[in-house]
Amino acid sequence: MVERSAVVSGRGYCRPHYRDDRKDLGVIEFQAVTKRFDDGTVAVDELDLTVDPGRITVFVGPSGCGKTTSLRMINRMIDLTSGSILVDGKDVRQSDPPLLRRGIGYVIQQAGLFPHRTVLDNIATVPVLAGWGRAKARKRAEELLETVGLPAAMGRRYPAQLSGGQQQRVGVARALAVDPPVLLMDEPFSAVDPVVREGLQDELLRLQGELGKTIVFVTHDIDEAIKLGDKVAVFRTGGILAQYDTPAELLARPADDFVTNFVGRDRGYRALGFLTAGGLSLGELAPVKVGATVAEARQALRDGWAVVVDERNHPCGWLSADRLSSVDESATVDADLLLAGGSLYDTEHGSLRSALDAALSSPSALGVAVDGQGVLAGSITADEVLRALAAARTAGEVPQ
Amino acid sequence: MTWVFDHLGLLGDLTVTHVYLSVLPVVLGLIIAIPLGWAASRWRPARAFLLTVSGLLYTIPSLALIVILPAIISTKTLDPVNVIITLTVYTIALLVRSIADALSAVPPTIVAAATAIGYRPFKRFLGVEFPLAIPVVVAGLRVAMVSNISLVSVGALIGIAGYGQLFTNGFQLQFVTEIVTGIVATLLLALVADLVLQLIGRLVTPWTRVGR
Ligand SMILES: Nc1ncnc2c1ncn2[C@@H]1O[C@H](COP(=O)(O)OP(=O)(O)OP(=O)(O)O)[C@@H](O)[C@H]1O
Ligand SMILES: [Mg+2]
Repeated sequence: MVERSAVVSGRGYCRPHYRDDRKDLGVIEFQAVTKRFDDGTVAVDELDLTVDPGRITVFVGPSGCGKTTSLRMINRMIDLTSGSILVDGKDVRQSDPPLLRRGIGYVIQQAGLFPHRTVLDNIATVPVLAGWGRAKARKRAEELLETVGLPAAMGRRYPAQLSGGQQQRVGVARALAVDPPVLLMDEPFSAVDPVVREGLQDELLRLQGELGKTIVFVTHDIDEAIKLGDKVAVFRTGGILAQYDTPAELLARPADDFVTNFVGRDRGYRALGFLTAGGLSLGELAPVKVGATVAEARQALRDGWAVVVDERNHPCGWLSADRLSSVDESATVDADLLLAGGSLYDTEHGSLRSALDAALSSPSALGVAVDGQGVLAGSITADEVLRALAAARTAGEVPQ
Repeated sequence: MTWVFDHLGLLGDLTVTHVYLSVLPVVLGLIIAIPLGWAASRWRPARAFLLTVSGLLYTIPSLALIVILPAIISTKTLDPVNVIITLTVYTIALLVRSIADALSAVPPTIVAAATAIGYRPFKRFLGVEFPLAIPVVVAGLRVAMVSNISLVSVGALIGIAGYGQLFTNGFQLQFVTEIVTGIVATLLLALVADLVLQLIGRLVTPWTRVGR
């Protein structure tokens, strides 16, 4: 329950909160698309699929199943063998490839930044190519640096002076530079460590909430697919589409054994991430303020535990009877006395999964619930989550 | 030493000629070698052909080439054009391989990223591939520069102006000071030229020196 974990991300699934004024630009239609390479390999086989505008569509599947090939046919890095791909109704083969590509952002693994250009110049690349003029392009690059959460001073560095995660952010900024309606991302976060990856994923969802781009995101990680995708397309080897659905549907009703296996064992548990936890009833918590005396804290203990909040009523940890018994009555409650709590359950955006996790990860067996601003709202027990789950099951919302 | 101070005018003239005869071919050679190296890095057959030809060119003795060139292109025997053409050819032979290798060494993912964000091939070459090849190209230029400076000196044997004249003259007059002056001047010029190239190389590739 440290301040940092006040965001439930990563445990529950926080969907982007889409603005209403998003443009319906960037519909991508695959019509019976086949790609046969010169050596006879069929990488994509009769693919029919429509990517929703302004949403994140994830292509997922085992290695070699044609995800990258499908993605790269959109911006003509690879030319299709038969069928057609339409972007906003226009066949991509009618466009001059470089012009088509400038209108489609592209982010690859390890960012693919130009090592000889500063961060700012990397981001400004496409605007300069598009003839914006240096000054305007740099100004735009500075804006984008801020958009992706990097300090302005970093703009003067070279890519080699950034961490992997920072490079990836610059990669995203570069792809966004001319504000293209479509963004193609090929395993953009697979080269960074899991913690950084989670941060980048959250960041992408936040950005997407603001920008509402049509994003096609390739990954071989089903968890990433489920976390990021508004829709997920599962490919099987040979470039065949196995299922194309929302993540919740994918978890609840996998089309066949291949998808079931690919989605993985604990899909029942993960499906909780898609159930909103609105109906949960919270228990009362009598919080102790940081700075209160140990005597006061002892008064507040319930079943040997008390939750501690700061001056803004944000929870910051637990006190146990055990800990308190070893200190003097007149001492004050400070950080040294606190036991770090588990994850927090955000009553506005959290799912049943995050509620359950809050309960299971708390040292006192009581999960801590907060409102959208992070202010203490009450407690939640695992039993209560299971009760809500049972109710949802009866209503037919969960895999049977 | 007094001999040197008495002949500063002569030394100055020789320096100008020597620099002119050795630097101009490097510049011309670079300009010609860039498209050739690019072709060699792009097409396998072009690479085989260009690298074989430049290897062969290198085996022809330079003095022989300077002597027979007038017969081929009908210039006067002592025309400096002969020297410039010969040394340009050598520079090209040397640089084509460096440039081809350097361009091939540019990471394919970076080239692909450039294509994917909308570069056309020519701009991509100028804006991405060639800049990344510069460190290797500069290394090639340094070799070409120093070897040209010494070749111009040797060229004095067949009457080419430059520091080499100090050797031939000194040798005829059995005048050691003049010979030594020629050697020292050649060395100094090579050293200065090499430093200048290194400096230019550093100035145009600031990204290669950033620490983590
Ligand atoms: N240029 C090529 N020539 C021949 N075959 C190719 C070529 N590029 C890809 N393939 C083949 O096409 C199939 C699909 O490749 P693709 O790169 O699209 O897979 P992927 O789903 O992106 O895999 P990964 O998760 O490993 O990146 C593979 O069998 C691959 O070997
Ligand atoms: Mg791939």
